[in-house]
Amino acid sequence: MVIQKGKQPQRARLAVAGARNATESVFGASSRADRIGNVLFRSLLLLGMGFALLGMVSIIVWSFVDGAPRLDMNLITAGPSSITPETAGYRTAILGSLYVIGGVILFIVPVGVGAAVYLEEYADQTRWWNRLIEVNIQNLAAVPSIVFGILGLAFIVRGPLDLGFVAAAGSLTLSLLVLPTVILASREAIRAVPPSTRLGSLGLGATQWQTIWHHVLPGALPGIITGVILSVSRAIGEAAPLLLVGAVTFVMFDPSFFEGQFSVLPVQIFNYAGRPQEEFRVLASAGVILMLAVLLVMNSFAIWLRNHYENKNAR
Amino acid sequence: MPDNSGHETTGTAPGTTGTAPGTAPGGVGTASPDEVPVFELGDVSVSYNGNPALAGVTMDIGAKEITAFIGPSGCGKSTLLRSLNRMNDLIPGARVRGELLYKGTDLYGASVDAVQVRKRIGMVFQKPNPFPKSIYDNVAFGPRTVGMKGSMDEIVEKALRGAALWEEVSDRLRESAYSLSGGQQQRLCIARAIAVEPDVILMDEPCSALDPISTVRVEDLMAELKNHYSIVIVTHNMHQAARVADRTAFFSVQVDDTGRRIGQLIEADETGTIFTKPTDKRTEDYISGRVG
Amino acid sequence: MAHSSMAASTAGASPRRPLAGAGTSRWGEKVIKTFLALCAAFSILVTTGIVISLVVPTVNFFGQIPLVEFLTGTTWAPAFANPSFGVLPIVVGTLIVVVTALAVAIPVGLASAIYLSEYASSRVRKVVKPALEVLEGIPTVAIGLFAFFFMRPLAERYLPFLPWDTPFSIGIAGVAVGLLIVPLVASVSEDAMRSVPAGLREGAYALGASKMRVSMRVIFPAAISGIIAAVVLGTSRAIGETMVVLIAAGAGNPNLTFNWFGSAQTMTAYIGGTATGDISQGTVVYDTIFAVGALLFTMTLTMNIIATRLVRRFREVYE
Repeated sequence: MVIQKGKQPQRARLAVAGARNATESVFGASSRADRIGNVLFRSLLLLGMGFALLGMVSIIVWSFVDGAPRLDMNLITAGPSSITPETAGYRTAILGSLYVIGGVILFIVPVGVGAAVYLEEYADQTRWWNRLIEVNIQNLAAVPSIVFGILGLAFIVRGPLDLGFVAAAGSLTLSLLVLPTVILASREAIRAVPPSTRLGSLGLGATQWQTIWHHVLPGALPGIITGVILSVSRAIGEAAPLLLVGAVTFVMFDPSFFEGQFSVLPVQIFNYAGRPQEEFRVLASAGVILMLAVLLVMNSFAIWLRNHYENKNAR
Repeated sequence: MPDNSGHETTGTAPGTTGTAPGTAPGGVGTASPDEVPVFELGDVSVSYNGNPALAGVTMDIGAKEITAFIGPSGCGKSTLLRSLNRMNDLIPGARVRGELLYKGTDLYGASVDAVQVRKRIGMVFQKPNPFPKSIYDNVAFGPRTVGMKGSMDEIVEKALRGAALWEEVSDRLRESAYSLSGGQQQRLCIARAIAVEPDVILMDEPCSALDPISTVRVEDLMAELKNHYSIVIVTHNMHQAARVADRTAFFSVQVDDTGRRIGQLIEADETGTIFTKPTDKRTEDYISGRVG
Repeated sequence: MAHSSMAASTAGASPRRPLAGAGTSRWGEKVIKTFLALCAAFSILVTTGIVISLVVPTVNFFGQIPLVEFLTGTTWAPAFANPSFGVLPIVVGTLIVVVTALAVAIPVGLASAIYLSEYASSRVRKVVKPALEVLEGIPTVAIGLFAFFFMRPLAERYLPFLPWDTPFSIGIAGVAVGLLIVPLVASVSEDAMRSVPAGLREGAYALGASKMRVSMRVIFPAAISGIIAAVVLGTSRAIGETMVVLIAAGAGNPNLTFNWFGSAQTMTAYIGGTATGDISQGTVVYDTIFAVGALLFTMTLTMNIIATRLVRRFREVYE
């Protein structure tokens, strides 16, 4: 409404050619200080990231170099010894870890995914108890692992459950420790399933559980599996809470789930490392290699599984 | 025709249709010192990861006036706009070819710094995107970036007045920019853009997220701004182009032999001419609502 | 898919259920829902269990040792013949670890996050992000060994003029804990930065801002709540980290010390170290585990609550 007409000189390309020469180069590069600042900043960022990567690579390389002399069959098949580090190994600790981790998986998959399904699909967020559960899970995820050890000692080893210092107690303790992680990861995965999937199924007359079982969970599966595997890897490497629930280090006989002493790989490594002789340090490093190898295999498995399901869903 | 909606810009056009192109060279109106176009485009094409989005655009964009890019979606008008201040650099795989001169300088020349380009050629986006800072800090961000001398308070006030927002926000400059309405946010973004005193302001569908009343305010503002800045606006709204633009460029999508859809410039001319007497059949179809 | 199409095709043939009262045949649904709700409620049980397991022995402990003596005493020697229960030495040990760890993890983690979010090409990101995940997955025992057998000797070799009196160093343990929390700090803050709307980034670039300016003046402030959350989570992890300190910082000193280079104990290392020994139930020493645990729990919980508040306040300002 306020536009005046007529300020529209016609522009011919020819007329411009001359004017172009008169125009000085308008875009000099940035000032020197600016350029140096930017380069410096970028270098600092790279330095920081390089430090993190260097640290990671150093840990792995150092363990391999240090533990290489003891990469033999005894490492896996021989039991522990405090006298003959040259032939001692991790047999009982590996078995203990297998029991403990097996129990963790059996526990966290149904309970963790179940809790996530409830919170995402059923829970009415306006109810105070549902909000309480949510806040509670977030806080639990940040509780130090050793505090779970205290809980295990007081409630699982002793107290109401009274299991004693057995693999089952260690298993349950670690399950409680990683449960919040599993729930949070599963919730993310479930939330990522588009609402239209649910509406489509409900619109066909499926019940809520049918919808969840046939449509939501399959869609969320890759994310859930990733969450479970990450939690299990954490449980494999976790030692602190198990110190409290009796992962005794020198277990001479193959353990069982509900009876007898048990140990796990990281606790056994910790104990070897605390011994003065040089050979035990090498043995400890060799144990670290073992653990890193297992974790690497598991993570690769997670990625393979995730890709497999993503392909299947895409088809 | 939609032109007769009471807007003076286009209202004059029908009466003088035949003479419009002819009268311009005579320098009707003010003796503008900006005889030089701000942009000269020669056979410009843009591709993403080797897929051409826009090809063969040759046109001039004049100074101190409003040029509108119109056309159906996917015709590459936003893509072209973004190559005018090298925002396309931020998209991995984007490539601009051809001659793209700003006041005679090759925008994509080897010695040209994209950051410097954007200091001269500002941009306002489709969705208002104020920073999560106070109103004051939003406007001051650009001047601080450029390192402008003088009182920051004055710079901010000048920019806000320039964007016709000062009266509404002068008493709450320290409040979050998010406390403003959508229309106010967009005018804040315009204030932010003009605070660095650019030569050109590019606007990418600046009103598409606004209600009609806010749209009118932004359009009024544009009409005022063109006294100081060259403005290029992309709009999907033909009426808006007719209302505000001095010149209009119509783009369309062509399908080539391999089935790829590539944007093309069909024609560019005085707005009145484009809307009343287009040369090309495709423009006419689009304008009259038969296509798009 | 197969399921729903089948249900649709048979619906016409089978007698339809009446609309009203259909709920009575939904017992299965109800049982399932109840089971799922119990799974979710189980977490409350866990928290309650933690609180009870800490509170009962702690109350018992403070029946014998005055609270003031515990919180202000500067000698920590619960198992000595002449025991002393001043918790400050191990609290200070924890503080040294946390401050050192943050001094490492904040610059390194944030630099990595900014680089990955604003600078890195997708190729670089594809390599670096999984690498950081690997670092995050390395067991803490391994990092403890690395700190004790590699970092500490390395530090003494290249910085021989510093007072390395024992093979243990609480400071080196802190650096290792810092390395341990880098991936956490980096990934949480990178997520926060990447979720800053693209429009803000474009808006800043369109004003002629350089990458550094966009990163530091637009993206960083806009993502600040997520970055604070990342740092707080990292702090929480550092406070609670046990194995690295247990291995690399040694058994410590009963007296209050700020010696970065020497051996010192943290709260977690005390709990872990004492529990591995043979301590019988019902003694005061046994109860100290729980009293220290209660202190640890209170500290991390308080920090989490503060963090949640902080994050919420920033959200209110910006949204």
